[in-house]
Amino acid sequence: MTEPAEPDFEVIVIGAGVAGCVAAYQLARQGHSVLLIERGEAPGSKNLSGGVLYSRGIQQVFPGFLDQAPVERRITRNYINFLNGDSSVAIDYKDARLADPVNAVTVLRAKLDPWLAAQCEEAGALLMPGVRVDRVLTEQGTVVGVQAGDDELRCKVVVAADGVNSFIAKEAGLRQKEPLNHLAVGVKSVISLPRETIEARFNLTGDEGAAFAVVGDCTEGVGGGGFLYTNIDSLSAGIVVRLDDLTAKEKVVTDIFDHFLQHRFIAPYLEGGELLEYGCHLVAEGGLHMIGEIVTDGMVVVGDAAGLTLNTGLTVRGMDLAAGSAVAAAEAIGAALDAKDTSKAGLAGYRDKLFASYVGQDMKTYARAPSFLEVERMYKQYGELLANVLYGAFNLDTQPREHLVKVARKSLARSPLKMRQLIRDGIAGARAL
Amino acid sequence: MNLPSVTERLTKNRFLLDEEQGHIEVNQEIARATGTGKAIVACCPAHVYTEEPDGTISVEYAACLECGTCLAVAAPGALKWHYPRGGFGVQFREG
Repeated sequence: MTEPAEPDFEVIVIGAGVAGCVAAYQLARQGHSVLLIERGEAPGSKNLSGGVLYSRGIQQVFPGFLDQAPVERRITRNYINFLNGDSSVAIDYKDARLADPVNAVTVLRAKLDPWLAAQCEEAGALLMPGVRVDRVLTEQGTVVGVQAGDDELRCKVVVAADGVNSFIAKEAGLRQKEPLNHLAVGVKSVISLPRETIEARFNLTGDEGAAFAVVGDCTEGVGGGGFLYTNIDSLSAGIVVRLDDLTAKEKVVTDIFDHFLQHRFIAPYLEGGELLEYGCHLVAEGGLHMIGEIVTDGMVVVGDAAGLTLNTGLTVRGMDLAAGSAVAAAEAIGAALDAKDTSKAGLAGYRDKLFASYVGQDMKTYARAPSFLEVERMYKQYGELLANVLYGAFNLDTQPREHLVKVARKSLARSPLKMRQLIRDGIAGARAL
Repeated sequence: MNLPSVTERLTKNRFLLDEEQGHIEVNQEIARATGTGKAIVACCPAHVYTEEPDGTISVEYAACLECGTCLAVAAPGALKWHYPRGGFGVQFREG
């Protein structure tokens, strides 16, 4: 019998995104030998997000995060917008408290992720960019390393942080092909504008930022939404549409994106801007129901790869959950390495810690959000109803006025919506969100 | 803002093309039989897929933004899609 080969590293992390970098950093800081493998030519070069990072969790990992990391703007203005073809109703929420302490920042991942990876290197992790992991190595059902091209690298624990497509988790049998209502595609343009123009257009001063969440006509009625985020001297403008609805309605995704950018109430924000980059990303939308097995013998799954994203209608979260899951994973892996048991049972603490943390708790709290957000009426009729009620109030056409309640009732009667749908959605919304 | 075509948009991106290996393969028969062909043409933000007059799906893998949407909507067996080799493919400068 041959002796098991000596591991090259204690931990190999696949993917230098938020989850991978936080896991690698925490484990390296614990004194473990860590290899961080990234398939892009540099960290961040394959990574794209809409752009808002709720930063409190990652600040706990990197106390100097807000001052040192290349973040864009601190979000103090959240604009929630029902957008119809020729009308628009919005809640414009500005709050100085969101800046002190800072709660959310816009980021551009090709700039942020190299900083995160540099922190890992400083903590002692070895970064290996430009390498694609082809598969994990297994022995008797236990993950013992990774294969990249002709190279085999062995370790005690693999951290699969390889993003929403996670070929690694799928190959290990931890994830199946997702149903289409669990997935959405995000399409985004980064558009450059002078910072003074951005600050004037979005009513911002200094490093304040705005996050627009748009629902309705912007996606031509397909389940999903649009977004507009301010960076320092550029805007991130995009849409996210659910794949089940997109394919069922046989829409062309780029037509929807163009429709959003050209919308009469969106285009003025982008006016005069120049396209810097065009990108897209698959988004997990299944919420709690999408988290499957995240631990196996010799391996854990973190971040997007574990399905950890959350759309609550108001906040759209992924990177904060990635960071939180990585913290939980690193703690559990550290304990497993110390106890010399990196089996599934030895690593089981990850799941417990995940569900004890804000990540698992929030996934549970919003477990009903995905099915609520599949309600078709959200994407067309509610926005129109709101606008019609307001039109009834503001359109002083010399006819005698009616009380707002009556206007609302008439608007509802004219809309395809039924009172009982309104009540049902109201209750479901209150429960889900 | 003038809206550039998808092809023009892609010219703003940095790509390192793997001249030796493509990373996408369509099974024309299954793609046609299952409707996967039309679905991936419609859902790809980079317009990697084009339906030719004879109904086959042609692939411009150099334009791929590596999101994986096509694989998600494809019927089993209709599409082979994996990431390009390490260091190749799109390299975001903004993200």
